[in-house]
Amino acid sequence: MRSLFKFHGGIHPASNKAQSNHKPITQAALPSRLVIPLHQHVGNSAKPIVEAGQRVLKGQIIGAPEGHVSSAVHAPTSGVIAAIDMQQVAHPSGIPDLCITLIPDGDDEWIARESCDDWQAVAHTDLRHRLRDAGVVGLGGAAFPSDMKLYSHKHQIKTLVLNGAECEPYITCDDLLMRERAAEILQGAEIMRALLYAEEVLIGIEDNKPEAIAAMRSAILDGKHQNMEAVAVPTIYPGGGAKQLIRVLTGIEVAAGMRSTNLGVQCFNVGTAYSTWRAIRHGEALISRIVTVTGNVGQPQNFEALLGTPVNELVAQAGPLPDTRGYIMGGPMMGIRLPSAEVGVIKATNCLIAMSDSLFPPALPALPCIRCTRCVDVCPAELQPQELFWFAQSKNLLKAQEYHLFDCIECGACSYVCPSNIPLVEYYRFAKSEIWAQETSKKAADAARERHEYRELRIEREKQEKADKLAAKEKAALEAKALKSAAPLPPAVEGANVSLYDAPVDADPENTMQLKIQAAIDHAKQQAAVSKPENTEHLTPQQQAEIATIEARRARIRELALSSADEHTKE
Amino acid sequence: MLSALLVMAAIAIALGAVLGFAAIKFHVEGNPLVEKIDAVLPQTQCGQCGYPGCKPYATAIAEGAADINLCPPGGEEGIHKLADLLGVDFKPFGGDTAPKPKAVAFIDENNCIGCTLCIQACPVDAIAGAAKQMHTIIAAECTGCELCVAPCPVDCIDMVEIEENISNWKWKYPVYPLRPAA
Ligand code: SF4
Ligand code: SF4
Ligand code: SF4
Ligand code: SF4
Repeated sequence: MRSLFKFHGGIHPASNKAQSNHKPITQAALPSRLVIPLHQHVGNSAKPIVEAGQRVLKGQIIGAPEGHVSSAVHAPTSGVIAAIDMQQVAHPSGIPDLCITLIPDGDDEWIARESCDDWQAVAHTDLRHRLRDAGVVGLGGAAFPSDMKLYSHKHQIKTLVLNGAECEPYITCDDLLMRERAAEILQGAEIMRALLYAEEVLIGIEDNKPEAIAAMRSAILDGKHQNMEAVAVPTIYPGGGAKQLIRVLTGIEVAAGMRSTNLGVQCFNVGTAYSTWRAIRHGEALISRIVTVTGNVGQPQNFEALLGTPVNELVAQAGPLPDTRGYIMGGPMMGIRLPSAEVGVIKATNCLIAMSDSLFPPALPALPCIRCTRCVDVCPAELQPQELFWFAQSKNLLKAQEYHLFDCIECGACSYVCPSNIPLVEYYRFAKSEIWAQETSKKAADAARERHEYRELRIEREKQEKADKLAAKEKAALEAKALKSAAPLPPAVEGANVSLYDAPVDADPENTMQLKIQAAIDHAKQQAAVSKPENTEHLTPQQQAEIATIEARRARIRELALSSADEHTKE
Repeated sequence: MLSALLVMAAIAIALGAVLGFAAIKFHVEGNPLVEKIDAVLPQTQCGQCGYPGCKPYATAIAEGAADINLCPPGGEEGIHKLADLLGVDFKPFGGDTAPKPKAVAFIDENNCIGCTLCIQACPVDAIAGAAKQMHTIIAAECTGCELCVAPCPVDCIDMVEIEENISNWKWKYPVYPLRPAA
């Protein structure tokens, strides 16, 4: 029996898993359309490489990875691309983002898949490339491109932790995956272990999932996996946080600002291991995932759903009850409210919870903080949530950072126990994104300063160079004169020289130049008159007023520019 | 008594030498206060404060010649930062041009005649082009200063407001009012 460790704090919310974990995984019906966002992962959006009207096959790349941190996006089934446009996505902002809409043709016809019987013979860089092209990202919710994490600098990683803890209430997708597809998860873990040069694999599963633990243990025996263990860990929220699980399994404390990889541990979700296996062994891209549909529905269960399946079409298969008033993606603790039920399932969609007033009563009004420090007792990151709240709500961002705001994993344990019902996590999210924005604009300002200073330097240098050139020319002219006066030329030649020198050297070219510029301006004005912008008519009075002020400002700037130009010419 | 005086004098001379040496060795180029002020200015280099750039405005503030509330791109937040830095009170905005949302310049490439005037106006070299060639704005480098708009002889440069999107979206400040305990 392995001795386990403890992390600080934690809570025991009602698990609500029994509703959805008794039915096997069901293949979801083919939806009428698929709305596939190009930004489903951490990093750069994928770039669309198909056109509207084009027919695509199941598993074909429709969005290519762009830049270092990015991942590919694929057609989940065969069909025709209906549109590539901005649509609502599963993001708390409700702001539209670029999506590809695919109308399935029902044939479900695969693209040619490159299967691989002997992955051990494939170079590691190749394996990583295949994962990137297969769009494999972390399926625990973070959606970080997996190829980026499957790299061991100087072979320093000793332990691969597979996260099957699934600590959040309601969610059972990993539980069912482990029960039904344990062998393939373990095969995926072997690939990960090889890529990381890790020695041991520890699979952490909370002890409220005995069937999953049993299935994984027998699969380890059947598959004769060495140095691999499925460990039952105590059920406590948020025991499935990466840092928390690592702590429980290995006793390693990942300190503030540290990465677990520096301490020899890398952590992946069990679903990611499964997808890794499908991608490498069968050449199948990540085009579907297991989604728990639960909450206010008649038959809560797990579906294997194609990415892009509209939430309402998926939930319809579980019989939503009439008093449903919205959906949560993820769990009740860390999930987000979906802006609409039309958005497509994405790689990070582990769970969809239909909300009703009886299941999720509206939040009670918040009271002032009484500094009871119950939040401190439960915080798994050992922070001072009440201080963080104080600094965030007074927008004292510097102080919040000093109190390690960025170590907060937004688990919501603090809000859960707060007797004053303060939505603490919302304040932390606000403060974090405010700090990010300030950081970005600071970076932009620094870059602008640098460019400005460089430009000033360059202008100075050009001036200097011009002056030098002029001085050199003058000097040369003086020398030539001195030479000429020293040795006067014969008179005949001198006459020829005069005609040469007297030609109006500078007047003519400049005049033609000016004429040309004027002609060009006239031409462009004509063109501008023809291509008149279409939105200048039927303006609201407000818009007209705005335009008038802008025009006035333009005129003033022009005047200023003219007068300064005049001054220059006078000089 | 004399020895005490001598010792004190020797210490004074030694310390003086150290100070003098330090003053030369660790001489700070430029005015550090100007640098600090410049560091919080937005670096749009637009001249709307009445100075030809952020650094000159920073210099004017440091010399006490300019008020802290004249930079429109910095907005209220910028004034707060300057007030904090200089230990003075916050003042409402006092310039002529009101702060407005951030924008970037956009050149209508069909009408550009390639005169290069905008390149000469751009304070951060964010315009690419060559004589008689179509010009274009490098949006990522554009600070939105609007200085290129006026010089364009064919009026083909427009300012386009930067819209909120998924990557620049921010979580809003929670709107739950705190209910006073009865
Ligand atoms: S639990 Fe709530 S009331 Fe108590 S200290 Fe924390 S924030 Fe304040
Ligand atoms: S949300 Fe953050 S502050 Fe609150 S308990 Fe979790 S880690 Fe601690
Ligand atoms: S108004 Fe602000 S951004 Fe513009 S030049 Fe002055 S200090 Fe710089
Ligand atoms: S000032 Fe106008 S016409 Fe001249 S290069 Fe710039 S955009 Fe083109």
